[in-house]
Amino acid sequence: MTDQTPALRLEGIVKTFPGVRALDNVSFSVLPGEVHALMGENGAGKSTLMKVLGGIYQPDEGQIVVSEQPTVMTSPLQAKSKGIVFIHQELSLAEELTVAENIYLGELPKKAFGLVDWQKLYAQTNVILEKLKVGFDAKTRVGDLSIANQQMVEIARALTVEAKAVIFDEPTASLTDAEKVVLFDVISDLQAHGVGIIYISHRMEEIFKITDRISVLRDGQYRGTLKTAETNEDEVTQLMIGRKLDLSRNETHHDLGAVALEVRDLSCGKLFRNISFEVRKGEVVGFYGLVGAGRTEIAETLFGLREPTGGDILLNGEKVHVSSPADAIEKGISLVPEDRKGQGLVLGMNCRDNMTLPQVSDLKAGPFVAEGAEIAIFDQYRDRLDIRTPGWKQLVGNLSGGNQQKIVIGKWLSMHPDVLIVDEPTRGIDVGSKSEIHNLIRELASQGYAVIVISSEMPEVLRVSDRIVAMYSGEIIRTFTSQEVTEDNLIQAISGINPEKAA
Amino acid sequence: MAPGTLSTFLKRGAIWGFIVLELVFFSVAGEFLSLSDKAFMDLDNMLLLFKQSAPIGIIAIGMTIIMINGNIDLSVGATFALSAIVLLDSMTWPMFGGLGDGVIPLAWGLALMTGVVLGALNGLIVWKTGVDAFIVTLGSMLGYRGLVFMYNGEQPTSHLNWTLVDLAESQFMGLHTPTWFLIAVTAVIWFVMNKTVHGRNAYAIGDNRTAAINAGIRVGPHFVINFMIIGFLASLSAVVFYSESGSVNPNDGELYELWVITAVVLGGTKLTGGAGSVLSTLGGVLAIQLLRKGLGHIGADTETVNLVIGLILIAVLFLDRQLNLKGREALKT
Repeated sequence: MTDQTPALRLEGIVKTFPGVRALDNVSFSVLPGEVHALMGENGAGKSTLMKVLGGIYQPDEGQIVVSEQPTVMTSPLQAKSKGIVFIHQELSLAEELTVAENIYLGELPKKAFGLVDWQKLYAQTNVILEKLKVGFDAKTRVGDLSIANQQMVEIARALTVEAKAVIFDEPTASLTDAEKVVLFDVISDLQAHGVGIIYISHRMEEIFKITDRISVLRDGQYRGTLKTAETNEDEVTQLMIGRKLDLSRNETHHDLGAVALEVRDLSCGKLFRNISFEVRKGEVVGFYGLVGAGRTEIAETLFGLREPTGGDILLNGEKVHVSSPADAIEKGISLVPEDRKGQGLVLGMNCRDNMTLPQVSDLKAGPFVAEGAEIAIFDQYRDRLDIRTPGWKQLVGNLSGGNQQKIVIGKWLSMHPDVLIVDEPTRGIDVGSKSEIHNLIRELASQGYAVIVISSEMPEVLRVSDRIVAMYSGEIIRTFTSQEVTEDNLIQAISGINPEKAA
Repeated sequence: MAPGTLSTFLKRGAIWGFIVLELVFFSVAGEFLSLSDKAFMDLDNMLLLFKQSAPIGIIAIGMTIIMINGNIDLSVGATFALSAIVLLDSMTWPMFGGLGDGVIPLAWGLALMTGVVLGALNGLIVWKTGVDAFIVTLGSMLGYRGLVFMYNGEQPTSHLNWTLVDLAESQFMGLHTPTWFLIAVTAVIWFVMNKTVHGRNAYAIGDNRTAAINAGIRVGPHFVINFMIIGFLASLSAVVFYSESGSVNPNDGELYELWVITAVVLGGTKLTGGAGSVLSTLGGVLAIQLLRKGLGHIGADTETVNLVIGLILIAVLFLDRQLNLKGREALKT
């Protein structure tokens, strides 16, 4: 294989963002007919690399070489014309259009006067669909197809050009086992036609089943390439987590209080099943898992944004039904949401108004808002959380991510909740503020709050949690105490390979 | 300068700057083009302008809070007409026969109640069905107008009460009664939007509905309250106007919704919600009225007036977009 010309080669790619070296001298190549896995933890730089490849970002240094031709990528469309095709995790299809229209979107064959040549369109499409051996035809409305078949449409789209390399980004995230088999058939078919494939996935099982080589990224750096046949899961895991990361555990321990929140067999349709855990006063329970493992959905259910299909929620020993966020807040459950700007803050409002938003209706002086009381609350939590802002009049949209997050946390602390759920506490926050937020979470626990932290970053869960719940596709695989958890057993638990799976 | 300050300043001040521009332009152009000898900025002329701004203005103040909240109300013109009919017709009802002028507060009360009920109906439908306010009020616009025609067919409904006419035409400290209503409504709604919990929550819901819900704010009741306020103001506008005119045609108030929205948008309220001010809306209302009057003053006909207002609206929104883009650039650096 080594004497072949690579279908795609990346040479010394560097990409920096203010304060972060997202990609640091990354090089690797994909041979024609090879399935090449690209692995790394969340934040290791995989998606940045793909954006560079697709021309969404321009690399600061290094070059992309397609079939020995150095190429500058300017857009995904242009990348496609060079034979580099992306199959994204999130599908981008027009549901109301037919399969054929979707496949040739933007490139519909034309007749005179700009009319669409439907006959040619359907004929061309059916040729491709036959190649893929799918069970639907060119005239099917895409919205009527299953997710797996929609993915096939995306793949069919890739086949309209002479693809040199196809990049699959977590393609199996929403597929059933049977659908996966079909996908893998398609991949081996592409392989047989000499197409190079980059396969991005966290799922070890799949990686070892279908790939030829595995390249690993960590902290934006290329960590090496292994031949799949000559390596094993442990070696890959080692390479992914390395030793450089600060994986210090939470060292502070204090006496825990009574059980604040208990969840018994909580289920919500396909999102998560039979979830049972408890959180004591003064305890931080970390939820770790891949994106889509169902962690956020559990938080949303506890906060009244989703209706569970089964199971019980007990607050301070009493069974409760949480019907809405307003209800959750009243019962003492607060949620710092994953998407700070989209779900947590009103960006056009000032710091004070955001901080007091949930309780403004209780802060009244006659018919008006008691602004003095609001400012007092803001000042109190600005000092306590060390929020850096010129004053309460500052629009929240103008603050840094770390300070924005502190506003959201302050908002809930001022409501004195029993249970505080923090979803991705440090997403998009710089390193310095990160550790501040981590210390803050520990401090809150020591003050007796029951805290749930959901995170996709291993150092984060290790750092803040007293116990860690590992989730994989909607189920709790295992609960670790901070003494028994290791990077290895944790990463294996969330990748769905766990020999010690608790019954 | 802090990021965004310049664009914020320009946007807040823009409408008043535009009004000054209009005044200067029409005063100067009037010297050469006007057929009358009177100056454009004559005191009586300006007082009349305020008075004529009141019917649209009072509704526009209500539309501002609806739009800040992230909704829209297209049914205001029909509500205006139906309230006017209730006002004028109720004064002739035999059961109020013996009351003399005591019928006036009753008729006013009935008319205002009409607006509140129609508004509440809009709000409840938006809340309970989750259908977009644009669609709901498009429907109620047709429906309420239907009620207007059912009431008296194509015939106008008329009743003149001279006490009422005197009241409506009276002047206090130089300003006409309708002008005082416009000022009072602006002041009250300003306080509601800036000083009360309801106003605060309305801004939050319009800016980021998800975040508002996550903060435990129940959006539905706020919707209903705002629709009741705009319904009330649409009928208040009718009460103020028809107390003087005494006759309502079933087509009255048609296209009012569009003039009202034009004024609100001209005043800088965002169509997507979350930002806006009743004071700027007042500026928008005055700017439109000035434009109409000014163009009339220099001899332009009605068709030209509409064309010019349409062009200005588009130009203003384009400018607003540019300023917003600049503001965002400033934030990045």
